[in-house]
Amino acid sequence: MTKFLLPLGVFLVIAVFLGVGLTLNPREVPSPLIDQPAPEFTLTQLHAPDKSATLEDLRGQVWLLNVWASWCAPCLEEHPYFVDLERTGEVPIFGLNYKDGRDAALKWLSRHGDPYRLIVRDANGRVGIDYGVYGVPETFVIDKQGVIRYKHIGPVDRKVLEERILPLVRKLQS
Amino acid sequence: MKATLNALFLACLLFGGFQFAVGADRDPEIETRVTRLANELRCLVCQNQSLAESNADLAIDLKNQVREMVTAGKSDNDIRDFMVARYGDFVLYKPPVKATTVLLWLGPFLLLLVAAGGAALYLRRRHERIVASRLTPEQRARAEALLESDRGAR
Repeated sequence: MTKFLLPLGVFLVIAVFLGVGLTLNPREVPSPLIDQPAPEFTLTQLHAPDKSATLEDLRGQVWLLNVWASWCAPCLEEHPYFVDLERTGEVPIFGLNYKDGRDAALKWLSRHGDPYRLIVRDANGRVGIDYGVYGVPETFVIDKQGVIRYKHIGPVDRKVLEERILPLVRKLQS
Repeated sequence: MKATLNALFLACLLFGGFQFAVGADRDPEIETRVTRLANELRCLVCQNQSLAESNADLAIDLKNQVREMVTAGKSDNDIRDFMVARYGDFVLYKPPVKATTVLLWLGPFLLLLVAAGGAALYLRRRHERIVASRLTPEQRARAEALLESDRGAR
């Protein structure tokens, strides 16, 4: 009997581990930045290159930081959700235009819509490194005190928006 | 066709050579440290490559970041801490021993222990079975008598 049960047991244990492994996404690396103050930055604005914006300007509200670029195909995938979200006015969305050309970025926005309250340009990707960006698009939820509360890597979809981001935003706003 | 291919191949050799030449004006001591650190750090875009091996955009940016920090006189630990603060322990090919990584470090030894225990158990049982199946002196005598009588009958 044990002769039969032992291999079966071993098989089941391996099967469970492998099964769990299949559901994990290796690209989702847990960020050490969660619950840490958002890194400071001073960057020029995309629409007004002579003006800059800092993290300090955004304090006092719950906001989303969306890292995007015109060369990033998955950004196009998530973009309609942000355009819709902006219409509801529920939470301001700020853009970090990552390693992009100014003209290309502006053209992309005029073609696909501009849901951002403000966009800053990270032309050399330095601020991106500070935010631990490695797979554009990435979306951060930042609270009133300027603390990062959530980070989503890859395109946001309806499920992520409605089940993760918006409930958290509402909780942080209240 | 063949001539084109040959020309292409030569061009690759030629420009490949230039690529190496770009780094030549850099301080070799700094470059050695940058390369050593880049070998310890994981590229997050192409996760099974180190920063040194990868040519992904982000890997190049991070290598430049490492180079800048080395040039600025930062220690190896400063640079590692800088990367870990942004990308987590995952960037290190050799993660530190702590609560969340303890299974990673001790897992192999645990498996070895389990396997060794299993092997010991199996060998002991096997030995017991061998001992149990040995003939008693009476059985041996009977068996010899039977063999003897068989030989006598032939």
